[in-house]
Amino acid sequence: MKRNSWQEYQKEIADDNYYYVRSCIRQNFFPGSEKAFLDIMRNDVGKNVIEEATHTSCTGIGYHSDIVPMETIMTVVARQFALMTEAGFENFTSSCITSFGIYTEMLETWNEFPETEERTREYLYKATGREFKKPKNLAHTSDVMFKHREAIAAKMKKPLINVFTGKPLRVVEHIGCHYAKLFPKKGVGGSEFPYVLAGMIESWGGEVVDYPERRHCCGFGFRNYIVQANRGFSVANSHKKLESMKPYKPDFIVTNCPGCSMFLDKWQYTIAEMEGNTYGQDGRGIPVLTYEEMAGLVLGYDPWQLGMQMHQVDVEPLLDKMGVVYDPAAKYLGPNGKFIGNPELASVNLNCTPTPTMRTL
Amino acid sequence: MDFGFSISRPRAIDLDKNDLSISRNALKKMPEFQACIGCGGCTATCTAGNLTQFNFRKVHTLVRRGDYQNAYDEMNKCMLCGKCRLVCPRGINTRGVAMMIKRLLSEY
Repeated sequence: MKRNSWQEYQKEIADDNYYYVRSCIRQNFFPGSEKAFLDIMRNDVGKNVIEEATHTSCTGIGYHSDIVPMETIMTVVARQFALMTEAGFENFTSSCITSFGIYTEMLETWNEFPETEERTREYLYKATGREFKKPKNLAHTSDVMFKHREAIAAKMKKPLINVFTGKPLRVVEHIGCHYAKLFPKKGVGGSEFPYVLAGMIESWGGEVVDYPERRHCCGFGFRNYIVQANRGFSVANSHKKLESMKPYKPDFIVTNCPGCSMFLDKWQYTIAEMEGNTYGQDGRGIPVLTYEEMAGLVLGYDPWQLGMQMHQVDVEPLLDKMGVVYDPAAKYLGPNGKFIGNPELASVNLNCTPTPTMRTL
Repeated sequence: MDFGFSISRPRAIDLDKNDLSISRNALKKMPEFQACIGCGGCTATCTAGNLTQFNFRKVHTLVRRGDYQNAYDEMNKCMLCGKCRLVCPRGINTRGVAMMIKRLLSEY
């Protein structure tokens, strides 16, 4: 009998009514992405997503750096679930890959060692007077967007097609390690064939680039970058990936993890400043997008409303390729038209046409 | 620009970039070398390895892959006692291989 193996790599993702928790670092580096997710899900796809100001960081960075003990993080996770229970929701979705890994790990630990769950319930009740139900469905926000990718495709205004050549844009997809390498069954496609981002790219008209170091870590690794002297390890990982993908001439990189987006973007600046190497076409860097930004562009959102001016590698060459209409003068203007400041020109963007607001060298 | 750290170089061996001429020459001179299964018997029984960090399996594997850095100095630790030859399950003249590597690397 022929086995239908691909079925073993699928995961169940709730269809509606999500309780949304934010990442603690994304709002600094990719500030428009989380708002874009909420806008797309609520306004374009028509789903019910709730977020509350009372939720906190999952403390995952502290946990992985051996600062936060396991009992503490379990209680923090339990509190988030208690907030979800109080709001009357059963489907939990987290914006961060580290958090997703943490929530999965805690649920699995409670499953394997029920006494730890009992202890956590006791700690939570003593500390806050709250009680919780475990979520019926736990998904990362990229899972949710993957689930509704065809609904987004139906409203697509700017497909992932190069308007100059008419060919699909070549996209490197990068999955965060804590998405499916910790618990392979919890990710779409498992750790061997992650399909969550590739599925979106294919549905929206792009072409997925396969290259030798596709599944290599970006180098975020908490201990690697927190200590300055260790950052050489971190940047070496991104360096290896960028060297490997360069010959395939990708148009942009898309990731589903806060750390990966940050480091694949910012290490390009570091490498360009240290060694003078850039990896994109025409001597520029390769733009790095979050999947929300990719979805936002596809749906015709304004790139500056998506927060794309905060990227280290300029995105204008990609916007031109997609045929996105944007106002270069508005790049560094905030929501009220107030100038928010602009970065100095960097080697990674040197071949980019300077916008009027950019300082001259 | 000084960021207070540098990019760590990978330790991966790149067979496309490494110079494999010495490795090929060694195989030509002693084809039996190809029969090595990397069991490490030579290292386990090595007199020099008992007293120093010398690891014959590691050195000859690196030489096979074209990574000759520090290999010559490392091979000078070998006392040519020949115990490794007695335990090799593939019957390779490991003592001869050690001599040959030293000779080839001295010209490198």
